[in-house]
Amino acid sequence: MAGYTLFLLIASMSLFNMEENSSKAMLSLLNIVLIIVPLISLIFSTIHYYNSYEFIELMLSQPMSRTKILLSEYGSVSFSLLFSFLIGVGVPVLIYSFDATGMAMLFTGSALTMIFSSIAFFASVKSRDKARGIGSVLLLWFYFALIYDGLILMILFTFSDYPLEKLTLLLSALNPIDLGRIFIMLKMDISALMGYTGALYKDFFGSGSGIMFTIGIMLLWALIPLWLTVRAFKRKDL
Amino acid sequence: MIRVDHITKRFRKLQALDDVTASFSKGQVISLIGPNGSGKTTLIKTILGMVRPDSGKIYFDGKPINGDFEYRRNIGFMPQMGRYPDNMKVGQLFRMIKNIREVGDEEIDDELIIKLNLQAIYDKPMRTLSGGTRQKVSAALAFLFNPEVLILDEPTAGLDPLSSEILKAKVISEKNKNKLILITSHILSDLDELTTHIMYLQDGKMQFLKDLRTLQDETGEKRIGKAIARIMKQEKLRPIRFEDILVLKGENQDH
Repeated sequence: MAGYTLFLLIASMSLFNMEENSSKAMLSLLNIVLIIVPLISLIFSTIHYYNSYEFIELMLSQPMSRTKILLSEYGSVSFSLLFSFLIGVGVPVLIYSFDATGMAMLFTGSALTMIFSSIAFFASVKSRDKARGIGSVLLLWFYFALIYDGLILMILFTFSDYPLEKLTLLLSALNPIDLGRIFIMLKMDISALMGYTGALYKDFFGSGSGIMFTIGIMLLWALIPLWLTVRAFKRKDL
Repeated sequence: MIRVDHITKRFRKLQALDDVTASFSKGQVISLIGPNGSGKTTLIKTILGMVRPDSGKIYFDGKPINGDFEYRRNIGFMPQMGRYPDNMKVGQLFRMIKNIREVGDEEIDDELIIKLNLQAIYDKPMRTLSGGTRQKVSAALAFLFNPEVLILDEPTAGLDPLSSEILKAKVISEKNKNKLILITSHILSDLDELTTHIMYLQDGKMQFLKDLRTLQDETGEKRIGKAIARIMKQEKLRPIRFEDILVLKGENQDH
């Protein structure tokens, strides 16, 4: 955990120091936030769950509700990941780039941390075997970070004759990483590069309702897996 | 006190419990016996709510347990293999469980901690403890809160003779306080002095639940081991231990 904090801190500090233009540094940092944060959150939460399996068993023979046990496990791991992120990325961002983009980045990173630890818990509660749990979590990461974008591109190419702006907006909500990426990019004034779609995005995400939409979807992405996890855990045989 | 009502549980191919119905009340010491994999531990875990039965209900003090957890306040459980967080120290473990149970020091029963001399290892992490020492910790934890019901899964396995005797003496003194005690064990000679009732499970089915006196009268044997072996012969049940096989063979030669 300390290593994760240190890594984020060193990475973001050096990015800000190497680029004279802080918005360029933000762009590089964006990729770290969108790729590394979900990966670490997934793997760390999964390992944490399997390592505390004995502890969970012990707690279950005590007068404790299953929901409480699971939520405290989730809380302990996700909040320490969140804390690491806020120290590692939050502090440099506040120092070098304290503006709307920076804030959007911090919000996205925090939301992704909570979302992916809740997804990791879902995968680990569902599979009894440790290797299978970690494997499925890695697959999920590949899907959200890489495969999903490929699929969207494919759809866009295939149906390029049709107006798809609304659809892509909807599709982006189905992947928290994409949603976060668009949300930050639009704050960076590079949406002009994205043509007509970018303009539509800017219209939508720039507005107050767009921000609410993003926050709401991110919240759903964290809460729905967590709810499913609690449900599965209540029925699980230990 | 505890009523098990038509409990059935299946783990994929294995029928762990098959329509088990039984009733346990205060002042009884029930010995759960049966071959390996006959469903003893599953039954215990079902009573503790760690395993959810496919059908059937369990009543604790007349109330059905159904995802409820407060009733566990009245149960002390000693698992077959006590597994604890590696980095936690023995003293921390005791303190933490005390915090969870929210009981005052006056209600604590630390007789086993003292007799098994566990204070000496309070600052040792759990991962450095041997299997037997872990068992001692588990035993002390089960008895710590003076619960009305004690569930002991293979309590004497892995304990040295001295500690085993201390534990047995403790079980007897708790039994005299009119508590319900459930024990599983393969060491039938250990149960001789403790038990009041025998419950025999095989392949998830309950074969019988009888009190010791009836069992002794029916079989004409004083010792549990021999009595069980005789019943197994009558009802063509599988033997539990090597000695049972010898008894069965000896019986055959007599005829």
